[in-house]
Amino acid sequence: MVSIDGRADSKSLIRARGLGKTYRRGGEQIHVLQGLNLDVDASDFVAFMGPSGSGKTTLLNLLGGLDVPSEGSVTVAGDEITRMSGAKLTAWRARHVGFVFQMYNLIPVLTAFQNVELPLLLTGLSKAERRSHVETALAVVGLDDRMRHYPRQLSGGQEQRVGIARAIVADPTFLLCDEPTGDLDRKSADEVLDLLDRLVRDHGKTVLLVTHDPRAAEHARLILHLEKGVLVESVTASPPR
Amino acid sequence: MAIPLSYNVRSLAARWTSTVVAVLGIAGTVGVFVAMLSLARGFEATLVASGSARNAIVRRAGATSEMDSSVMLEQVRVVEDAPGVERGDSGPLVSPEVVVIASFPLRGRGVEGNAQVRGVSLKALAVRPTVKIVAGRAFQPGLSELLVGRNVAASYEGLELGQTVRFGGGTWTVVGVFDSGGTAYDSELWCDYSVLRQVYQRPLNMFQSATARLTSPAALTGFKDSLTSDPRVTVQIDREIDYYAKQSRQLTTLITVLGSIIAVVMGIGAVFGALNTMYSAVSERTREIATLRAIGFGSGSIVVSFVVEALCIALVGGLVGCAVVLPLNGLTTGTINWQTFSHLAFAFRVTPGLLAMGLAFALLMGLVGGVPPAVRAARAPIAFALREL
Repeated sequence: MVSIDGRADSKSLIRARGLGKTYRRGGEQIHVLQGLNLDVDASDFVAFMGPSGSGKTTLLNLLGGLDVPSEGSVTVAGDEITRMSGAKLTAWRARHVGFVFQMYNLIPVLTAFQNVELPLLLTGLSKAERRSHVETALAVVGLDDRMRHYPRQLSGGQEQRVGIARAIVADPTFLLCDEPTGDLDRKSADEVLDLLDRLVRDHGKTVLLVTHDPRAAEHARLILHLEKGVLVESVTASPPR
Repeated sequence: MAIPLSYNVRSLAARWTSTVVAVLGIAGTVGVFVAMLSLARGFEATLVASGSARNAIVRRAGATSEMDSSVMLEQVRVVEDAPGVERGDSGPLVSPEVVVIASFPLRGRGVEGNAQVRGVSLKALAVRPTVKIVAGRAFQPGLSELLVGRNVAASYEGLELGQTVRFGGGTWTVVGVFDSGGTAYDSELWCDYSVLRQVYQRPLNMFQSATARLTSPAALTGFKDSLTSDPRVTVQIDREIDYYAKQSRQLTTLITVLGSIIAVVMGIGAVFGALNTMYSAVSERTREIATLRAIGFGSGSIVVSFVVEALCIALVGGLVGCAVVLPLNGLTTGTINWQTFSHLAFAFRVTPGLLAMGLAFALLMGLVGGVPPAVRAARAPIAFALREL
């Protein structure tokens, strides 16, 4: 269940309370997010929509521990990440968050296998165990035959699927997807969105998606709209496919 | 676990042009550094090898070199009787010697250079067993004949075997060539001391030094104590190897200091080259670095990764610099020995120790050039850096 009124019980997986982010540009203060409350349960698929500058990516960065809020708190699985030190937050990200980026953000000089293996280098897994995990993740995204390919040898859709494999390979608590279809054609975008659907439906993953594309947002169970840094409404999308 | 090294190596290969520029900068610096030090080492080694641990050189007390020394015949007799002196078939192995400077035309240069002419007896060959006659024969006592070091014919015109040369008012014939194994003697001309003294009108009972062959290196203490406490002589005694080491110190220090200054100045340039390469690497890969940090690689991993990358550049540069200088090893060159004012031929000595120093210098440049960009990479705000193109 997803809630934005700040009254949900404490069992929710992700909980934001009074979340605010203010940037200072010159002498001017820019409030990107203000007093935002959010509760997301495990295995939910939530889409955030809104015009450019509404604070979608900033919200994702705060929930993923990539940025620190000016006010408020974020608690994930009982850990208040907004109180963590830089090093602790880095370790927390490695354990709990899988990131999927609009521009895929693959390392161009590493193969698909090596890109997917990166998060596992931060675990205590043996080389053989890492290999097994990477092969499984690439099989989930349908690219087990492209392991030795470099990003430049893959299509945009395939690159994004490698990006998703990298995000899920260490079995994180939740996935944060920032415009994952923003740079893809319709067909590739549909493949990526279907993949996210399957991750929620078949593997019980929790997915938070930022998108401009209403068709992409329709894949989520709930669509939240952001306007000028405030969550203004929620729309229940189609039931999970 | 750290970011895999293959990431750095492949990133360097992907940006090969700027990598090559940085590598060449470091290679040039290391090359000059090692070349200058190998020059100093070669000079030092040539002089130090000239001395033997079993030989003691006796000079007038207070003399800085053989050139300003004098040892009288009576004093030579006292030296011969001192304890610890080796005895051969011809008696005590003590070689009283006269040294003068003569100038000869340097080969292919159109100018003259000074050469050291050493008046000796045939005992000198027994006192210095490393000196071997490799062509012709030894001079005959009483005749104006020269036995020249193997570098002499290569350095000067008119001093090849069988040639006749005029100097000091006499006419001399080169009758033999000796090889002392790459020491300073290879740049000298040896002849009978009595003839040399006559030609140069030196007192007949005066030498400039006397070199004694001792029964063992340990015999020096007794030999020295005996002579320094003897009221008949006022001399200073050095182990021959120490005497030549002292002689080499001034020029060796000069070359080392000059070489180091040049290397440091070039090194500053090379460090800027490495800094530029690494800053541009960090700048070009802002989003990659942010991605790695988002995934969970800590600041320490990022710093180590980029420092390792800079060290890879430095290591390759260092290896290239060393490889370029390696062929200099054994190459003979010459300079003035300011202690004797004579030309001294010596060979570059590129030793494993110097190569290790060159590589260490390269890695230091890589470290200095790599750390600031690495720290910048680790400190950039992730959320902003992820949006960089």
